Amino acid sequence: MSKDKDRILNILLVSPSILAVFIFVYAFIGWSVRVSLSKWKGLTADYTWNGINNYLDLFRDQRFQVDIRNTLIFTGVFVIGSIVLGFILAVMLDQGLKGEGFFRSLFLFPMAISFIVTGVVWRWLMNPATGARTSGLNLLFSYLGLDFLENAWHTTPTWGMAAIALAAIWQMSGYTMALYLAGLRAIPVELREAAQIDGANELQVYRYIMLPLLSPVTLSALIILGHISLKVFDLIIAIAGKQYALDVPAIYMWQVTFDGLFYGKGAAIGILLLISVAVLIIPYIRFTLRTETEQ
Amino acid sequence: MNTNLRPGKYWLYIPLILMAVFYLLPMYVMLATGFKSFAEIDLKTMWNLPKGIAFDNYVEAWARLSPSLKNSFIMVIPATLISSALGSLNGFVLAKWKFRGADVIFPFLLFGMFIPYQSIMIPLVQFMRSVGLGGIPGLILAHIIYGIPITTLTFRNYYASLPQELLEAAKMDGADMLGIYRHILLPISLPSFVVVLIWQFTSAWNDFLFAVILTGNEDWPITVALNNMAGSQIIAWNVQMAGSLLAALPTLLVYIFLGRFFLRGLLAGSLKG
Amino acid sequence: MNKKLFALLSLLAIASFVIAACGAPAATEAPAAAGDQVEVFSWWTGGGEAAGLDAMIAVFNGANPDIEFVNSAVAGGAGTNARAVLATRLQSGEPPDSWQGHAGQELIGTYVAGGQIQPLNDLYEAEGWLEVMPETLIPLISSDGNIYSVPVNIHRANVLWYNPALLEANGVEVPTNMDEWFAAMDTLEAAGVQPLALGEQWTKMHLLETVLLSTLGADAYNGLWDGTTDWGSAEVTTALENYVKVLGYANEDSASLSWQDASKLVANGDAAFNVMGDWADGYFSGDTAGNNLGLTPGEGYGWAPVPGTAGVFQFLSDSFVLAVGAPHPDAATAWLKVAGSKEGQEAFNPVKGSICARTDCDTSLFGAYLQTAMEDWSKDTVVGSLTHGVVANDSWKTEIDTALGAFIADSNIETFQSALVAACTSSGPCK
Repeated sequence: MSKDKDRILNILLVSPSILAVFIFVYAFIGWSVRVSLSKWKGLTADYTWNGINNYLDLFRDQRFQVDIRNTLIFTGVFVIGSIVLGFILAVMLDQGLKGEGFFRSLFLFPMAISFIVTGVVWRWLMNPATGARTSGLNLLFSYLGLDFLENAWHTTPTWGMAAIALAAIWQMSGYTMALYLAGLRAIPVELREAAQIDGANELQVYRYIMLPLLSPVTLSALIILGHISLKVFDLIIAIAGKQYALDVPAIYMWQVTFDGLFYGKGAAIGILLLISVAVLIIPYIRFTLRTETEQ
Repeated sequence: MNTNLRPGKYWLYIPLILMAVFYLLPMYVMLATGFKSFAEIDLKTMWNLPKGIAFDNYVEAWARLSPSLKNSFIMVIPATLISSALGSLNGFVLAKWKFRGADVIFPFLLFGMFIPYQSIMIPLVQFMRSVGLGGIPGLILAHIIYGIPITTLTFRNYYASLPQELLEAAKMDGADMLGIYRHILLPISLPSFVVVLIWQFTSAWNDFLFAVILTGNEDWPITVALNNMAGSQIIAWNVQMAGSLLAALPTLLVYIFLGRFFLRGLLAGSLKG
Repeated sequence: MNKKLFALLSLLAIASFVIAACGAPAATEAPAAAGDQVEVFSWWTGGGEAAGLDAMIAVFNGANPDIEFVNSAVAGGAGTNARAVLATRLQSGEPPDSWQGHAGQELIGTYVAGGQIQPLNDLYEAEGWLEVMPETLIPLISSDGNIYSVPVNIHRANVLWYNPALLEANGVEVPTNMDEWFAAMDTLEAAGVQPLALGEQWTKMHLLETVLLSTLGADAYNGLWDGTTDWGSAEVTTALENYVKVLGYANEDSASLSWQDASKLVANGDAAFNVMGDWADGYFSGDTAGNNLGLTPGEGYGWAPVPGTAGVFQFLSDSFVLAVGAPHPDAATAWLKVAGSKEGQEAFNPVKGSICARTDCDTSLFGAYLQTAMEDWSKDTVVGSLTHGVVANDSWKTEIDTALGAFIADSNIETFQSALVAACTSSGPCK
């Protein structure tokens, strides 16, 4: 029967991908979990059972607490900043102004650049020196008479991560803009016009009609940006090197594993990262599937 | 296209231009520094225009980066095309052919999109070496496999948004599954292909982590070569910035020339949550 | 139109895959030529390091015309990227023939413990290196009587660089102990001069090791690393108090500066002092075409031992090893012979801006600062550097680095000291 033939074909078509993802994602994760439960320290693999001691060590570790704080600050500023800025840009570009294409490309191009390159440039821009050695954006502010804007950027205690997030917003807000713009264009014009006939002004239309309709876009953006921010690594290295005050789990893992050779502990950090990503992602996947079955 | 320009909107150019300046500042620094001599480089004078337009730094950066530029292209093109093609097939199967297990397979693939690569780094290297896939082929394979989840998701969402009648009609005409894919879906998949190709091209081109652990110095892609221009001691920022621009050029061009299609593709239902 | 496009795309896909499959030789494939090769792994990819390596490769090629030299260098972060790549290669049983590492515990604690490198005693005997290398160096690169690496160069960590014009203008003498140093920096600060230039976190660890040495003296400093000096003792507390004091004179934006940015502050007269390894000399005096500052030694910049460390040479050294299971053991041995030879070291060091590990190099090849370093190297007490891998293994160093990071953030001496005690227990010799 052709139905059976189709089923076999289906399975044949997707099975190479599934097998590959199974090995490269799930089997490797399993291996990492095993390492995280071992006493492996040094170059030689050592699978001596260690229970959850590596995890317990991390929770007692002051540095890991700093990492979690930094990740929360970075994620908050980066995700909210990119979404808000992306939405505002999209609404402005949605007005049908001349030169829309030019501005659109301009806001989108940072996405094309690697985090390494972005980091190199922003390291210069965010130079925190004061007095005669003022440089970077601070120098620009003082040229423009905006001295009150001068600040210590990423060397600010506690909130330094927010400055790193600014560079990330520069890179990714164009992408959220593109998402929202696509979403706005997909909303039928009649809806807008109907609202305007009911006496809603421009702002109200966006606030009460568009924004709720765009919630799937917001969710997608939230997920994509959220998982990028949990993995952020090369951007911080390029801007500030490896320093405690701007440490995040991904950097800590790299240092613990490759500089310190604590493979067990490094794998544990990797798994904890994975769990935090999963906490973010799994509800999203379930929600996606549920809305589809409802449709 | 929304071209109902309403008068009185011209004030919008003020915030737009301000934002444009914000986006261009880093580019200005990159360009200006790239044209400066080493003696001219100082944090105090970073906003000054270069004294002259000299291409020395670009020539030097080119000399050092051109071999790896070739490696990057050899690596990125197949990785991008193959992962997009696989994504399209998977997306088609998962979206249009309800077989038992499809609902399990989709989240299974989707989750792979979001894993932190640090957590699979060491097994990845050991696996690649044990199967004898070194250098560029290994890197291509890694980019293809870790690209499958996102390409599959994009195509699946796009195909799922297409009206079912399209397929029913073809089925009535006696087309089999592959026929439907080949004659009905492929011709209208271009928008999604553009999105996925751009996305994959950018991420493979800009990847540093996989490149540095999977390739030797014969076959480094450009990100690693760029990183290597900075010695562990002296960093020639002018050449570094010139090199950064060279390294970013292909992806920049892709965005500048295909940005419109990228947006159109996003619009074509690739982002339905 | 679309059909054509897709046909083109599929064609491209197939073509590029074919190209990738045949056009890119796998990294592990040996060349088809009949000649032998040697793969050497390092993190020397830029500046004087890369040029020095090239000079040594030229010597190697002259002596071994039929061996192809494969230079695998990975840059970034003073070798951390390179070490990560090396670790993954070693774990998958694909070692390069030889690699660069800091002489001392970084090599011994990591690679000897992992059974990854071979003893070289026979090579030392055959080449007569024991006669020409300093006696003090041999125990530091040995473990249980086996020598494990061939040191190519020697750098000094405990150097105080200063701006002579600034000191003169403010009537400040070059300080010789901690108290004089504090007094000098107070004077400068009162005159509105930035007393000390400092860079990112690793340069702060570098400063810490010199302050520990200055406060404790050579013997007690060595004791920190062999377990005979208690990390929790009052003298260590004093050292940490001194360290906090020194940090108080540093520039606020240190976290965003590389070591060069910090050196440049001294060169430009924006700061008076800087503590850095003697590779800074190459940056100060090297010619501007090579992106250095081109200053005259003694006039544009001056140097002295870190206050309180005169007569002690806190050293670090780059050295090469022989891998266990090296694919080309004979070629690798040929490379090590060049790395340990007078000719090889004389080719490398003047370019790199370091002194020879051998004591018989020609002094006339070296600049003003390096000649003074050679003289000190032959007579000073030798101790090892922490930051650059001599005295502590990688695990221990990472723990100290984490503790230091927390300390920079909160300046709490008590927590810092107890973290140092804990680090010595978990990864060092303290039990």
